[in-house]
Amino acid sequence: MGIFDYFKSKSEPSSASVAKDRLQIIVAHERSRRTQPDYLEQMQQEIIAVIRKYVQIESDDVQIQLENTDDCSVLELNVTLPEKN
Amino acid sequence: MAKIIVVTSGKGGVGKTTSSAAIGTGLAMKGHKTVIIDFDVGLRNLDLIMGCERRVVYDFVNVINKEATLTQALIKDKRTKDLFILPASQTRDKDALTKEGVEEVLNELSKDFEYIVCDSPAGIEKGAQMALYFADVAIVTTNPEVSSVRDSDRILGILQSKSRRAEQGSSPIEEHLLVTRYNPERVSEGEMLSVADVEEILAIPLLGVIPESDAVLKASNQGTPVILDTQAEAGQAYSDAVDRLLGEQRPLRFTDVQKKGFFKRLLGG
Repeated sequence: MGIFDYFKSKSEPSSASVAKDRLQIIVAHERSRRTQPDYLEQMQQEIIAVIRKYVQIESDDVQIQLENTDDCSVLELNVTLPEKN
Repeated sequence: MAKIIVVTSGKGGVGKTTSSAAIGTGLAMKGHKTVIIDFDVGLRNLDLIMGCERRVVYDFVNVINKEATLTQALIKDKRTKDLFILPASQTRDKDALTKEGVEEVLNELSKDFEYIVCDSPAGIEKGAQMALYFADVAIVTTNPEVSSVRDSDRILGILQSKSRRAEQGSSPIEEHLLVTRYNPERVSEGEMLSVADVEEILAIPLLGVIPESDAVLKASNQGTPVILDTQAEAGQAYSDAVDRLLGEQRPLRFTDVQKKGFFKRLLGG
């Protein structure tokens, strides 16, 4: 860092911290998918296809999650329906 | 029983072969009989890095197919005592490595050697999975850069689910992080992920940090493992990593910016 660098604006976050933030998000996302069973993805696609027969939704309007507790597994399905006009 | 160490990363070009050569050599220098196996079928390169490319007669696949014995295929290193190299085949047949064949060779080597270092190919395909399947210890080689860190996390997932230890439910593979091509100046400028960042994201214990160094290219040009360059920071950093792998305590070196003179700081650069 030379004397001229002190005149540059300091407001921008460093590229390394941007990299770290992006990595933390993508790695957490990929880890959660890793622990879920393989069929979940396909099941999600099929559920979306069924809902689409009746309501127009985007694929990210459906969140599907499998949570394992000690003695049972909970399949959580979250569908955001479009607002009525 | 030998300890099987896989040097892996997911991403290519991060320094797996350089690290396998350096760590294998380091273990042998410490008096442990070691063999380094090149698992990169079709893209053999460990022989070049170790400087024994002209002595390859038989390879790993020849041994698996019983076209040669292990004794015929193993190349004894000329510089380091107790060090042997098992070169990869240059065949284009991707199915040349079978789980049974690899297991048989590893069992045979286990009788004679203390450490078996498996130099994994890049990717997450069969070759990479074969290299890590039988491992006791994994050295995850990572550059402080987004794609390398993400791929390392991917490989960690595979180590935890597709290895023999995972499948048999025995104690998990011991995982170690090796950060390579580290540039402390760029880290201090906020242009490169720090060791702490990479450790925090991957959440596995740190084995070592190898600084970006001209010595690495020079060593590979000459076919000498960089750990033998005791003058170079990279060589010394690999020595530290080997010591830590053997359970010794070594403080981290070469991760801070070297102090610059007053004028150099004032003028930049």
